[in-house]
Amino acid sequence: MKLVSIDKKQWENGLDSLRASYRLLGPSKEKDYYSFKHLQEGEQPDFSFLNTRLSPKSLLFPQSEAIIEYSLDSHEEDHHVMKAIEADASPRAVLGIRPCDAKAVTLVNLNFDTDAYKDPYWVKTLAATTFIGLACDEPKSTCFCTSVGCGPYHEEGLDLLLVDNGETYLAKILTEKGEKFFKTASWDTHDGDTTLFDSKKEAAEAKIVSTVTTNNLKSQDILDLHGAPFWEEVSFACLNCGTCTYTCPTCWCFDLQDEVHGNSGKRFKNWDSCMFPLFTLHTTGHNPRDTKLQRVRQRFMHKLKYFVDKYDQGIMCVGCGRCVNQCPVNIDIRRVCALMNDYKADELACVVQK
Amino acid sequence: MQNPYVPYPVRIDDIAIATEDKSLKTFKFVFLNAGDEEKFSYNAGQFAELSVAGIGEIPIGIASSPVEKGFVKFTVFKAGVVTSHLHNMKVGDIMGLRGPLGNWYPWDLLEGKNILIVGGGFAFTTLRSSIVYMLNPENRPKFGNIDVVYGARTPGMLLYKDELIQWEKRDDINMHLTIDAPAEGWEYNVGFTPPVTEQKAPQGDDDTYAIVCGPPVMIKFTLPVLEKLGYAHDHIIMSLENRMKCGFGMCGRCGIGKELVCKDGPVFTLDQINQTPREY
Repeated sequence: MKLVSIDKKQWENGLDSLRASYRLLGPSKEKDYYSFKHLQEGEQPDFSFLNTRLSPKSLLFPQSEAIIEYSLDSHEEDHHVMKAIEADASPRAVLGIRPCDAKAVTLVNLNFDTDAYKDPYWVKTLAATTFIGLACDEPKSTCFCTSVGCGPYHEEGLDLLLVDNGETYLAKILTEKGEKFFKTASWDTHDGDTTLFDSKKEAAEAKIVSTVTTNNLKSQDILDLHGAPFWEEVSFACLNCGTCTYTCPTCWCFDLQDEVHGNSGKRFKNWDSCMFPLFTLHTTGHNPRDTKLQRVRQRFMHKLKYFVDKYDQGIMCVGCGRCVNQCPVNIDIRRVCALMNDYKADELACVVQK
Repeated sequence: MQNPYVPYPVRIDDIAIATEDKSLKTFKFVFLNAGDEEKFSYNAGQFAELSVAGIGEIPIGIASSPVEKGFVKFTVFKAGVVTSHLHNMKVGDIMGLRGPLGNWYPWDLLEGKNILIVGGGFAFTTLRSSIVYMLNPENRPKFGNIDVVYGARTPGMLLYKDELIQWEKRDDINMHLTIDAPAEGWEYNVGFTPPVTEQKAPQGDDDTYAIVCGPPVMIKFTLPVLEKLGYAHDHIIMSLENRMKCGFGMCGRCGIGKELVCKDGPVFTLDQINQTPREY
């Protein structure tokens, strides 16, 4: 790992050198919000953002992605035979991804890259992507990354971490991919000041004041939490709008749908949400998660209990605060996490039964 | 890298009406490409996604048996978008098959044991696969007594009736067929599956396992019967269903707690199911 200092005056030249080898993606402002997009020739990433409205998970896991194609024209050979649309695996670099969103990629990867099955669209795109992180020195009030195994300078999932230092960027090169990116940019650099890096990191971490406590989640009993009385109140105001799942960088659920135009068709992998009744509706009309209480409970149980038990890698949340910010009825995962973490089923048990 | 979303192309080789009300048909598929059948090598109890270009996919239990070669069979109830379309398809049509998916009945564990199979209605497909597997001359010596309780509303609603009658005549399997109400020419049991199970099924013990597959109402009334007969919860094996899309554990909808029905199941013991929130 190497720390260097890049003069900001050189930054754009470096990006221009990179464009020959990488497609560049970065944050860009559209109306009032930021989102990650492909940067055209001459276009610069806009680093004046705190958090994009939607997470950059869509760069690897698009909201809608064509995965299979076929012809329905019986005059054609191979009609009705379903063929893979290959993932675009050309090299790309994501500039300015926040450390929480990069860590989220490593969590979603647990779902899409397994020993038994691999989602080739996710796996190939991920392999082709270099992540250039941007450390957060001015977090939002809803950021709680430091208490969920992440942080404003967290390096997991990143290939290179940039720290804004006024006239310069401090760049910490973390992986071979990061090294290659750095060399391709051929910035004229100086050694970075490690002490400065550490002090900035410490200062940034100190600014994250919102926290969650997760220490008891693992030892809690699944059925106790599932049957806890607080779900009624937690879900009461929920509209099942799905905003939380769509903005979440770690939500990975999807649907498969066919679309046909004329004699040719494609099968798409689309984001789906556990907030929607159709997500689990059986053909018979029976729905195992028929009520919004069940659906809200599923979302939080998945993130804060099932995931914890299944992977033993903490909770399925990186503390980005998007769901807290954007929920129209102010459901707050930090509060639900506290309810789950502190839940004591025994205290509610009837004294006589003991 | 194997792309798990891409189905093997198959041709519909035969379509047979499976029940008198024509709501179920048995589809026989042959693989278009040499080598795909081998790749589709499966165990009794697994399922696959039947994939129709332009329509969608549906998870269905495999009704043919690993010991039957050259084709795969699925018996499909006409219920939703994909299955209704499938029922209108013709012999010779091309579609896709994705799988095999999920786990299977625990054949290694079941070796040397007595097996009780309890089935109801059209949930007899993977049970048929299992029975054909166990009755194969190579496999039959691996198992103790085999008892089968299978019930349907009427004789015409029993699946695979010709095979059932053949099995009735064998002395290495005890068949207990039943229909809901008396019918002309019916020479077997009359009554719902749970009470017939109570009368005919062997007592449960360490060396006897029950495999139960049927509609929810049958399961509901059969489980207490099995408990009464002495079957421990880890000796009662069930196969669950949930809405699915991918079938290999990624799309997230079929979870019953931390277990996914498609990948960790569909086969679970009652003991395992008891430890989940039962969201199926």
